[in-house]
Amino acid sequence: MILFTIGVVGVLIRRNAIIVFMCIELMLNSVNLLLVAFSKMHALSPVAKASPTFASDAQVFVFFIMVVAAAEVTVGLALIVMLYRNTHSVDVNFLNRLKY
Amino acid sequence: MSNMKLLILLIPVLPLIGFMITGLGRNVLSKSLSGFIGSVVVLASLVISFMAFLQVRESGSILATYFDFINIHNLHIAFDFFIDPLTSIFLLVITGVGFLIHVYSIGYMHEESSKDFSKYFSFLNLFVFSMLLLVIANNFAVMYIGWEGVGLCSYLLIGYWFKNPEYTSAGKKAFVMNRIGDFGFLLAVFWVISRLGTTSFSEVFTAESLAKLSQSDITGITLLLFLGATAKSAQLPLYTWLPDAMAGPTPVSALIHAATMVTAGVYLIARSNVWYTMAPFTQGVIAVVSIATMLLAASIALKQNDIKKVLAYSTVSQLGYMFLALSVGAYTAAVFHVMTHAFFKALLFLGAGSVIHAMGGEQDMQGMGGLKSRLKITHITMLIACLAIAGIPPLSGFFSKDEILSASFMKSPMLWGLGVFGALLTAFYMFRLYAMTFLGKFRGSSEQEANLHESPLSMTLPLLVLAGLSIVGGFIGIPEAIMSGAHQLGDFLAPVFAPSAKLMGPHTVSHNTEYILMAVSAIVAIAAMIVAWNKFSKYTIGNEKDSAFGTVLRNKWYVDEFYEKIIVQPLKSISRFFNNTIDIKGIDGVVNGVGSVVQYASRQLRYLQSGQIGGYVLLMVLGFIALLIIQLFL
Amino acid sequence: MLGTYITFPELLIWIPLLAGILCFFIKEERAVKAFALIASVLILAVSAIALFYADESKYPGYNQVSYYWLKYLGNAYHLRLDSIGLLLSFLTALSYPLIFLSSYKQPRENAGKFFGLMLLTQAGILGVFSAYDALMFYFFWELALVPAYFLCSMWGGERRVPVTFKFFVYTFTGSLLMLTGIIYVYMHTPERIFSDGTSAMHSFSYSAFQAASLSAKEQGWLFWLFFAAFAVKMPIFPFHTWQPDTYDQSATPVTMVLSGIMVKMGLFGLLRWLLPVFPEGVAHYGNVVMWLAVIGMVYASLIAMVQDNLKMMVAYSSIAHVGLMAAAILTQESSGLQGAVLQMFNHGINIIGLWIVVDLIERKTGVKRISELGGVSHKAPALTIFVVIIGMANIALPITNAFVGEFLMFSSLFSYRILFAVLTLVCIVLAAAYILSMIRKVFYGEMVSSVKSITDISLMEKIALSVIVLFIFVLGIYPQPVLQFTESAIQALALK
Repeated sequence: MILFTIGVVGVLIRRNAIIVFMCIELMLNSVNLLLVAFSKMHALSPVAKASPTFASDAQVFVFFIMVVAAAEVTVGLALIVMLYRNTHSVDVNFLNRLKY
Repeated sequence: MSNMKLLILLIPVLPLIGFMITGLGRNVLSKSLSGFIGSVVVLASLVISFMAFLQVRESGSILATYFDFINIHNLHIAFDFFIDPLTSIFLLVITGVGFLIHVYSIGYMHEESSKDFSKYFSFLNLFVFSMLLLVIANNFAVMYIGWEGVGLCSYLLIGYWFKNPEYTSAGKKAFVMNRIGDFGFLLAVFWVISRLGTTSFSEVFTAESLAKLSQSDITGITLLLFLGATAKSAQLPLYTWLPDAMAGPTPVSALIHAATMVTAGVYLIARSNVWYTMAPFTQGVIAVVSIATMLLAASIALKQNDIKKVLAYSTVSQLGYMFLALSVGAYTAAVFHVMTHAFFKALLFLGAGSVIHAMGGEQDMQGMGGLKSRLKITHITMLIACLAIAGIPPLSGFFSKDEILSASFMKSPMLWGLGVFGALLTAFYMFRLYAMTFLGKFRGSSEQEANLHESPLSMTLPLLVLAGLSIVGGFIGIPEAIMSGAHQLGDFLAPVFAPSAKLMGPHTVSHNTEYILMAVSAIVAIAAMIVAWNKFSKYTIGNEKDSAFGTVLRNKWYVDEFYEKIIVQPLKSISRFFNNTIDIKGIDGVVNGVGSVVQYASRQLRYLQSGQIGGYVLLMVLGFIALLIIQLFL
Repeated sequence: MLGTYITFPELLIWIPLLAGILCFFIKEERAVKAFALIASVLILAVSAIALFYADESKYPGYNQVSYYWLKYLGNAYHLRLDSIGLLLSFLTALSYPLIFLSSYKQPRENAGKFFGLMLLTQAGILGVFSAYDALMFYFFWELALVPAYFLCSMWGGERRVPVTFKFFVYTFTGSLLMLTGIIYVYMHTPERIFSDGTSAMHSFSYSAFQAASLSAKEQGWLFWLFFAAFAVKMPIFPFHTWQPDTYDQSATPVTMVLSGIMVKMGLFGLLRWLLPVFPEGVAHYGNVVMWLAVIGMVYASLIAMVQDNLKMMVAYSSIAHVGLMAAAILTQESSGLQGAVLQMFNHGINIIGLWIVVDLIERKTGVKRISELGGVSHKAPALTIFVVIIGMANIALPITNAFVGEFLMFSSLFSYRILFAVLTLVCIVLAAAYILSMIRKVFYGEMVSSVKSITDISLMEKIALSVIVLFIFVLGIYPQPVLQFTESAIQALALK
């Protein structure tokens, strides 16, 4: 939760696109961590016993998220590189052209 | 189709054919040809009408059905004609006077271009068609066709010289006022349909139909029909179109606005006489309206200088007489007066036309005078007409007017007194007109004097025929008091008015009373005539001083101004208010307002789209937190 | 072949549809005009022939067709022309050649698109008159409207774009409300079983709509949803403000279609859908609508009196006429319905005639303000005669066609409620006043300068106007065939 909050705040207050990006990663990973932790915690509960795959579900999700995060990093970083080439800046507040 | 049926169909259809020929061929027909066609079709109708008249006299009414006009589930209106004594009298008057006026028009309109000449005759024929249809119809719906048709022709003919905006405006006024009357007529017809499910004359006046109508139904229907009649027959409060209608060519005034169309209202009420006899309230209303109209119009006629305007107000006033007769249940007298009035009023108008023709279009009597020696035939015939309308015995006007007056005496002596006063005024203004026109010295320009000429034969011949009719026309209705059994018209019409007569019961005044009544009205008329003769034969411009009351009369009691102020102007203001305020600002404003509100709201909302990614994310986070709170705590 | 392989309603929809699409590909203006005229005459011929095959007991399947289409929704491509539909499709088919003829001489930009869209609109309108499935009805309703938007916005006066936008918003709001209503009724219809044995949960068919189980309360508000679409289309006071502007700004042929035929879509909607599907709604709210219609009549007539713009005057006069028809339909009395259907036909003819002459005046003089015109009859006597006749038909003078219809409608209004008859009859007085002042000011009097150089009407225009005048008189003197033609269909709608 703390990691997640750090990530959110980071996204909100930082202006450097790369740091914002890192903060998003931070949020994703905090969720991953949570998933794994809860999975371990609940593995012994009666509910889990009823379903054969329940214990491993959360861990499978983590892998999904990691794959998505990887894809996102590639696309996101590519975007940031393109941005830098065009504007010579990675400041997100500078990129306010998309408005009314 | 039997022979008679076909012939009856031809009565109105012949003028219609004439209308089509002269109307469509207006570019190719010569003047004499279109004049000939126009007159001959009416003559042919006259002949057939006469045959129908004989047939009716011999063997009673004729009914001829042609096709289904409207035939649906709950309403059946056939296109059928019906000739009874009442209709046949009207047919004869319309075609007879109509034919004479067609002939007269050939002379009167000869200065028009051949195209306009044909146009004029086609309109005139169309009018005769509509008028014949009006009186020959066997139900209210077909009658309404004629009823509106005559209004249309009147509109077209009043505005015949369409370059003059005043003339066309007079035509419009006539049409719109008649439409107000149609409003009443149609409502009455719908009332009849909703109660009886039919409009046929042979069904609505029967005893079993009458049993289906309550007293209030009858009063309502008769009042509404009377509203129709007031417009068509120029009674208060809808008479103002008739004097303006004098804008049309003079023969038109003679035919439409004196002899025929304006009597349609009388025909309508005479046709529905049973209802009127059963509705005393309506009769009272008619009595009041007719007396008021008669006196008002006669008083206005006293001070008019336009020769046609005098005649127009005189027509309104004489129509008042006819309605007086209707209101006291003297239907025969009303029809009698329609007939004699058609003769002498047509004659007066045609005579006036002849004068105007001679004067080169001048209509103001102040510029006339002394025409006696120059227009001999016109002068003699006009004198006869004036004597007839003034009710001097033994000319036709005397008999018909006397019959009305004695019938109103039976109802109430006060009606009689007012009627005689009206007769006095009539004699006075008619001889004012006569004296100003024909006696004294000529007051026009020298150029006009040089051109003074008697009209051609085609114009004087109708004058002579009508003069003859004005003299002898009264003898078909000699009152019982003078010669027993000589009221041929009364006997002929008796079957039509029999149901009413049965309802009213027999009542007559004694012969002695009637002699006194006749003598009084004749003496009054002669006295007024002598006064006017003396006063106006020495007329010079300006010697007629207007008192305050005289000015009111000269300005026609300011009725037109009054209508303009209380009806036309407010109506226009309301319309403008509806248009500018309610429609444009109100309804459209609301619609546009809804649009503007949406636009305004979106304009405000778009400021949220700031382009600051941080802002978006912040909002997103806040949104999530809000959702979380709602989910967990609420 | 007819009746087995192809039916009249299909022909009537497919010919204008295909011809319209073809028009888009013809480049040359004259060719397009000629092609469109020929196509419209062909449609007229088909629809005239169809009139003779109206008797369904004698000619089963000539005027009816049903295919499976969107079966899983319970829909079918079901077209059927009953006698009312036949009469109105004949009106539509008749109007188009007249419209094309009267504007034949007028140069037209992008002629291909213009005539293409016109014919597409015609296909939509003819579909509306023949649709027997609610979904088909909605489909054709929109098919008629969408090309009309383009026609209004691409050709016409300077203010045409905002005006069309208003028109669009009005009609589209109405249509969507109706769609909501259609879907709601659809959800309450019974299962539909097709002839091949398959079935759908619900049904769009006309009979199913009539049989839908709806409470009186539901019928009440559904009545208003449907009515919204029809009221905007007719238009009924106070939904009318799009109309005068649109009529004024659109190109005249478009205006003719809008006022002569599309208006009838709204009235037809009342007859085909509102009365039979929501009898209780009509019983409950019909009175309110009649009040609106009657008030609208007086209101529009009064406004027409003070209009200086010729087109606006005609537009308001049309609102008054339509109000009368709507009120008469809602009496649900056979003479009122008969009169209304007859008048729907006649009004279409008369108003197209009126637009033709108004357009001629405007085209010849370049002026449409009544106060700036005068003395036209000196230069154009033939035009004047036509104007007087058509004007008289517009104010329902006897022996013109409008009289019979209005007579029947007034009569039914009188027996429904006397006050309605009184108020509506006031309008015939007002109508006479404004039509005659218009004629007086425009045609009579002294010539004004803009009139000095005009010519009388050409042969094409004469033909178009003569056809109209012919209909005016024939149906005015002998209306019985039309009354008889529609009688049985109307008896089914009448309450008594």
